This record gives sequence, structure tokens and C-alpha cells, in this order.
Amino acid sequence: MVRVALPYHLRNLAGVKGDAQVVVAGPVSIRSVLDAVEANYPMLRGTIREYETGNRRPFLRFFACGEDWSLESVDRELPAAIAKGEEPLIVLGSIAGG
Amino acid sequence: MSSVRVLVGTHKGAFVLSSDAARRNWHVSGPFFAGWEIYHMKGSPADPDRIYVSQTSGWFGQLIQRSDDGGKTWHQPGLPNEAIPKPGPPTALPNRFVYDVSPESGKPLTTHQWYDGTQHPWEFKRVWHIEPSLTDPGTVYAGVEDAALFRSTDGGETWHELAGLRGHGTGASWTPGAGGMGLHTIILDPSDPNRMYIAISAAGAFRTNDGGATWKPINKGLVSDSMPDPSAEVGHCVHHVTMHRSRPDVLYMQKHWDVMRSDDAGESWHEVSGNLPTDFGFAIDVHAHEPETVYVVPIKSDSEHFPIDGKLRVYRSRSGGNEWEQLSKGLPEKDCYVNVLRDAMAVDTLDDCGIYFGTTGGQVYASSDGGDSWAPIVHDLPAVLSVEVQTLE
Repeated sequence: MVRVALPYHLRNLAGVKGDAQVVVAGPVSIRSVLDAVEANYPMLRGTIREYETGNRRPFLRFFACGEDWSLESVDRELPAAIAKGEEPLIVLGSIAGG
Repeated sequence: MSSVRVLVGTHKGAFVLSSDAARRNWHVSGPFFAGWEIYHMKGSPADPDRIYVSQTSGWFGQLIQRSDDGGKTWHQPGLPNEAIPKPGPPTALPNRFVYDVSPESGKPLTTHQWYDGTQHPWEFKRVWHIEPSLTDPGTVYAGVEDAALFRSTDGGETWHELAGLRGHGTGASWTPGAGGMGLHTIILDPSDPNRMYIAISAAGAFRTNDGGATWKPINKGLVSDSMPDPSAEVGHCVHHVTMHRSRPDVLYMQKHWDVMRSDDAGESWHEVSGNLPTDFGFAIDVHAHEPETVYVVPIKSDSEHFPIDGKLRVYRSRSGGNEWEQLSKGLPEKDCYVNVLRDAMAVDTLDDCGIYFGTTGGQVYASSDGGDSWAPIVHDLPAVLSVEVQTLE
């Protein structure tokens, strides 16, 4: 199981307490993880990735094992600790006021 | 027994205020969608239990929420809270607003003017206004930023652009207002299902006579001195338009300066600011049973968005404009520097028509005597973005 740490409002939307947990078939990358998240939690479609481009929404960042993966290719394989569920992929909302 | 339900969208959540016909004692529910901007929420005239909500956030984008039980519970259309997702591609995409550029029904996605006069790509940001169909609870329109009109015919599960508006020809010269280029007003003509009025900040007002396939600007008579051509066909900063259902050819407009009136479905406008202390403002509405009785909330100026002298006033005209009387009983007499936004005023349809408005200071005021006196329903909500009211028989 891959764990995904979601921002507070997305946890509320998805109805999860703690990390979302998804099964990812094939290589574990940001794209495949988010595909699984959206398949399991359809209410989150469009809230992390923009619909038409698939791009990360501007005020969100991705972190894995202490590193910022926001600018990495979404198809690059995430660290093994993410794939094994030992560490979560973090979807982090910026502290951007408002 | 009659009752009213006031739907309040705020900067940090939605609230539902309920009362009986006396409108003295209120029950407050909420916040729903706490922490999100609720740009607008409105009930279906065809089914009062059905309410649509525009829920938006700079971080997470746009959501549409719907209630089918009068605001007790909510879900994203097509995505019931307790449902387990079906395998395969999604069928319900209630927050997907994508401009239609298809050859079959769309228009090319061109550009519009930016604040500096350069051309800027069209980009979806949020839903400003939701307008349910007058007759079908499953049909609903959404006015969005960057300005376009969308429609759903499946209760908000999917949305499709009525691309004829964005692509009718003047779009390249549309510019954003200070808050963005939002389509903020949608008026459905109860006498003609094919006729609709919309307004955009800051492009102006437009009308369709064929259900949204084709549109024309209806801004003749508007004068905006800040524009190179003050009487241009488009480019006017229309703040809000309202109409009484018994007179679908008569429109009242609060513009960026000037209160205007049209008696010919927008073909021409004339100024009716009359004796208003200032004719800047955002909200405008008309009495439910008196088509010539109009309400505005005068705001000092385009740079000072608060009432004159710190005194919150509603002004009423009983002659369709020009002659205005000050309404102040029960409203703050000093130290009041709030604004009332364009969608933050509404009326109920009880015999003693109730008027309601919300402020950026978080107050919602109500009058159950046509504006002669006012009292706050709530004092300390987050900044109010929109107010609508349902009359329940």
C-alpha cells in the first residue's frame, strides 16, 4: 500500500483520517500514485492536478522522503520507501495566506 | 406554514439561516465547507430542496456541491459521499469546467485583453454565480471566471460551455475587473425559455434570444468615462443586473458608477441615479411584488469601498429610479466601513417582502417590511460573498 499524506481540506473531502492508502499497479511514480488516489477518491479529481494539463496545481508541492519532488518528472520512480508504504508521498499546500 | 431559508456564501464557508414567516427568530446552520470560499449558493425554483453551491479555493480549485434535502447534507453531484467508486473512467466530473473548443459545438480559445492592454489567454479560475433553471431542478447554469457560461443538465454532474457567448466576436476586447473577469449575473426570462441576460466584469451585459447559441452585447447608453471610448459596445464594468419576473423587458443595473435602467430588454439604457448620495455600488435588487421598487447600497467610491461617513444605508426607489429615499432604521449609524458585494442582496416572496443583504464585515441584515426597518440576523460571520433566499410554502 502506498501512503499519501493529504492537506487537511482534501482529507475532509475524501473522508480519510490520517494518510490515504492506495494500491498502485506498476511503477510507483507521482503520476501513478495520483491516478490511484483519484480512482479511489473521485471527489479529489481536479483538486491536486489540473484537469486538462494534468499539471500540479500551483499552490501545492510534492515531497518524498524529505526531498521536494514538485519539479521532478511525474513519471520518475519514487523512492522505495514510498512504494513500500514506509514513508508517505506528501501533498503539501503552501502557506500562502488567505 | 411559510418559512424562509437564507443561503449565505462567505469567504470561509457557507451558512444557512432559517426562520418562519415572522422572520424574527433565526436558526443558523454552518459553517458548511468550512475554510473554503463560497462564491455563490442558490436553490432551484423548481425544487426547493435542491441547492447548488460554488465552493472554491486558490489551493484546490473549484468544486460544486449539491444538497437534495434543503441544506442538511451535501455531496458533489454524481459522487455520493457513501458510494464506492465504480471501476473505469469517471462519469461524473462535477468540478470540471473546460472551455469548449470542439469543432462540433465549440469556439476557438482565443485571448482577451489584460489589465495592461496586452492579450492574455483565457484561463478558468472559478465559478462566480450559479443559476438554477426556473423549471427543471437538474438544469443549472454557471457563470465563470475567465468569463464564460456553462450549463449542466444532469444536476451538476457534468458541465458544458455555451461557447457562443465567449466566441461571438467581441471577446478579444473584454478585460478583467479588479476582482477578475467574472461572469457574475445570469438572469433567466420566465416568459421565454430561450431568452437570458448575463453580465461580465468588465465586458458589459449581453443577451441571448436562442437559448445561448448566439449573443449580442446590450450596452448602448452606458457611459464609462475611464474608457478611451466611453460609449463603446463592450468594456463597461457592469457590477450587477436585476429584473422583476413580471417585467422581463425591464432591467436595472448597478454599474461602476451609475444606476441604469432599460425598458427594452437591454437595447438601450438610461441613467436613474437621481438623488443618490453616490451612485457607486455593487448590489441591486427589486421588490418581489413591486416591479418599480428598487434597492441599492450606495458605496462611497471605486477606491473607498465603504458607505459614506461610516453610515450603512440602503436606498429605495418606488418609481423605478431617479427618486431615492434613505433607509437607515436599524442599520449602523457610525464607524461602519463594510462593503456589500454584488451577489449579497436578495428578496423573499412573502406577502411582506423581505429584503436581505450581507456585508464584508460578516453581518447579514434583514427587513421584513420592505426596507423600512432592519435588524441583523447574524453579526460575526466571515466576509459575506453572496446572499440568496428561498421562500418555502
